[in-house]
Amino acid sequence: MGKYIVGRILNMIPTLLIVAIIVFLITRLLPGNPAAVMLGPQASAADIKALTEELGLNQPLYIQFVDYIGNLLQGDLGNSLTYNKPVIDLILERFPNTVILAVCALIISIVIGVPAGIIAARKQNSIFDYLFTTFSLIGVSMPIFWLGIMLVLFFSVNLGWFPATGMGSMEAGAGDFFSHLILPSIALATIPTAQFARITRSSMLEVISQDYVKTARSKGLSEFIVICKHAFKNALTPLLTVLGLQVSSMLGGAVLTETIFSWPGIGLLIIDAIGKRDFVVVQNMVIFIALIYVVVNLVVDILYKVVNPRIKYSSNKGGS
Amino acid sequence: MSEELLKVENLEVQFKSGSAITKAVNGVSFTLNRRENIGIVGESGSGKSVTATSLLRLIPSPPGKISGGAIHFDGKDLLKLSEKEMKSIRGNEISMIFQDPLTSLNPVFTVGDQIIESIKTHQKVSKKEAKKKAIEMLKLVGIPAPEKRINMYPHEFSGGMRQRVMIAIALSCNPKLLIADEPTTALDVTVQAQILDLMKRLQDEFNTAIIMITHDLGVVWELCDKVLVMYAGNVVEYGTVKEIYDQPKHPYTWGLLDSQITESVSEDQPLTTIPGSPPDLRQEITGCPFAARCAYAQDVCFTNKPKMTEVGENHYAACHFQTKENRLDRKEKTAHDRAIVTS
Amino acid sequence: MSTGQQGIVLEQTQVKTKNEHSLFRKLIRNRFAAFGLFVILLLILTAIFAPVIATYPPNKMNVTKSLLGIGVEGHILGTDNYGRDIFSRLVYGARISMLVGIGAVLFGAVVGTLLGVISGYFGGKWDSIIMRFMDGLSAFPFILLAITLMSVLGQGLVNVIIAIGVGNIPGFARVVRGQVLSVKHSEYIEVTRSLGAKHSRIIFHHVLPNSFAPLIVYATMSIAGAIISEASLSFLGLGVQPPTASWGSMLQDGKDFLVLNPHMATIPGLAILITVVGINLFGDGLRDALDPKMKA
Repeated sequence: MGKYIVGRILNMIPTLLIVAIIVFLITRLLPGNPAAVMLGPQASAADIKALTEELGLNQPLYIQFVDYIGNLLQGDLGNSLTYNKPVIDLILERFPNTVILAVCALIISIVIGVPAGIIAARKQNSIFDYLFTTFSLIGVSMPIFWLGIMLVLFFSVNLGWFPATGMGSMEAGAGDFFSHLILPSIALATIPTAQFARITRSSMLEVISQDYVKTARSKGLSEFIVICKHAFKNALTPLLTVLGLQVSSMLGGAVLTETIFSWPGIGLLIIDAIGKRDFVVVQNMVIFIALIYVVVNLVVDILYKVVNPRIKYSSNKGGS
Repeated sequence: MSEELLKVENLEVQFKSGSAITKAVNGVSFTLNRRENIGIVGESGSGKSVTATSLLRLIPSPPGKISGGAIHFDGKDLLKLSEKEMKSIRGNEISMIFQDPLTSLNPVFTVGDQIIESIKTHQKVSKKEAKKKAIEMLKLVGIPAPEKRINMYPHEFSGGMRQRVMIAIALSCNPKLLIADEPTTALDVTVQAQILDLMKRLQDEFNTAIIMITHDLGVVWELCDKVLVMYAGNVVEYGTVKEIYDQPKHPYTWGLLDSQITESVSEDQPLTTIPGSPPDLRQEITGCPFAARCAYAQDVCFTNKPKMTEVGENHYAACHFQTKENRLDRKEKTAHDRAIVTS
Repeated sequence: MSTGQQGIVLEQTQVKTKNEHSLFRKLIRNRFAAFGLFVILLLILTAIFAPVIATYPPNKMNVTKSLLGIGVEGHILGTDNYGRDIFSRLVYGARISMLVGIGAVLFGAVVGTLLGVISGYFGGKWDSIIMRFMDGLSAFPFILLAITLMSVLGQGLVNVIIAIGVGNIPGFARVVRGQVLSVKHSEYIEVTRSLGAKHSRIIFHHVLPNSFAPLIVYATMSIAGAIISEASLSFLGLGVQPPTASWGSMLQDGKDFLVLNPHMATIPGLAILITVVGINLFGDGLRDALDPKMKA
């Protein structure tokens, strides 16, 4: 197991290197001098020249790339001009807020999606199953920025139950904190909930008719144990795959959700930085998010082995 | 304590799909004494597995339903018990092992966990005691190094070893009745013999009665005291192994015997099969269910359903022409039968 | 060509039309898939005939008639804050959704198929380089990749198609590579190769036709994702150039008038939702009809 984990971590390195190359290439696609773009049309030639030199943009492309990778390896993500802070400080400041939102949404989606999927599979072709299928289809098709707006319209504007935007603080009391958290969490949780539900249903349906479920029943176990222990543990593998994918799309969804609800996480920061044309921030935030994704998938891969003893440990599997 | 352990009376099981109702089991009756073995034989779809599964009330419902009859087990009518009472019987007083040991063990739990779970469900013992008992059971079913293997997963065992584990699980609570649903069909021939030997040996040790579901009459002759021949959801012949081995009465049983691979099979006497295929159970069958495939059928066979009639000592058959008064003589295999096989 | 060969070819075509016929029947019989197909056709027709269907020019402002309610003064769905007719903008927005949905997926499919074929068919060094690159691309959340690209490329329809298309490349590359690998080692390909067929011939005549079923299902589902992505980008102000009507930008405009005129935000969102549900239903039906064993 230890060997497998080390192998997988080593396997991450080329993927991350390619991530860095892709981001480098994208930012260099920018027509003209990035420094000029960043400073805007009013900037003086001297200012542009100074910034060009500071960012190393006057160097040949390959030197720029080597510097850039070198800095990344040292954990130096550069400084933001518009925020007057090192990018790493911005991440440390904003990322926890995104984590709060994402974890809350993930909990909602698992707590609702998985049991709903199990029940739908148990009661296949019942009215519940049909309603379930309809709602889960709408869920996976949901444009979450629209859902966010509708939630604001309904719960904030019309009912006045929850604040429309911003993040509460614990100092102002748990009530304040959670009332700010609830709407963005629901918006962000919608697609993963529907995905978990659909996958749970289909993999439970596959597992429920297996012989070992019959064996479990013949042992006199309660239906709850038969379904939730014997069947569900076998249905976990596809769920884990979805979990890995959902974490990625939730990081993407966080950009939209945070924008709608003015939630001060990294998503809002990226959109903000794009507006301010602060490419140092954008570039490094994107790399940071990709890193999170790769790490999450590593964890999911390791969980695979824990859940499914039939998978042999081997480190020569492809990357994420 | 009465000698009689199980008495099944007129058991009927139906499956519903859409508007069609399949009568999978249609009036099956038999009795089984303690420590006795009964073989239920028949081809696939004859209702033998459904009969066995319904004894534990494990027919998937819907679409399945036990629609009639009674199952008296050890003084209780199983069909009248609550689901909770039924659970305390499953795996405890009646256990079951299945055809395919590759799929009937849960792949994501160790074999130890699966045995311990069964013990802990029915007995108030500590985890440690249950584990000790599990190791003991594994040793008993002939698994080497049980202390080590108890922590292994099913995929680390061979097919025969997995069936031994299934037997260990089934016997872990000293059941009075063991239902074995084709336990050797999926195994290699050499392993089959080992598993049968093991079952015989353990039966002596545990004093368990066995219901052996099989299509292999050889298994029945070797292991059982009684045999129940099923065809299309109906019992066509029922009696002691001795009687039926010596004097099979029902034409379907004859057909079954002819189609078995035995040592006497030689090149010039090819294996026979019964021509035709079993009837569609979704349709109402008037008359004898076997009539359409029976070489001896006459008009009456298509209009009246034969009743089970005593044809010998503890020997019953459902055939119009096999009664105490009437006797049907078994024909020599005809050229017609052979032609069907060789074609 | 001898008549014998012609006979064989004819027979094959007949078999093919029969299959396609039953595929279509299967889809129609599946009520959900039929509804999905209906939504898609409606959308395509709306996109094509937008100038005929729209009751006003989509970008024509009239400040005196801003924020009208539904049905007021001949505006079927009212007007927005600039007095533009919402119904007409919705109709024209279908064009953008369809163009981006189909364009981006086509872009991803063409590039992805090319890379997948190279990767799967030639294997070795090319395979590892390409698939590593695909891993890298899929390490970005789909929408974030598009946002980053748009922030560099700048607003515009073609840029949106490229930005969303790039995110679609890895998926297609993987699907095609998997298909190529499974077809490559099948017996009839070995026979074809032993008969001296060229790589290109094997790829175009044998490998790709066999990949068609999973590809078409994957492409259908991807269109739904691309439409949502376009709306997201436009909602964030990173999509098509204003004042071009896009469902996403209409939502963005409507967001600020939730109290005064809530339907301004509600309607374009519903349009997106119904479209995506329709495409997903059709994709599910297509998958079931083409191969019941294939799982999402």
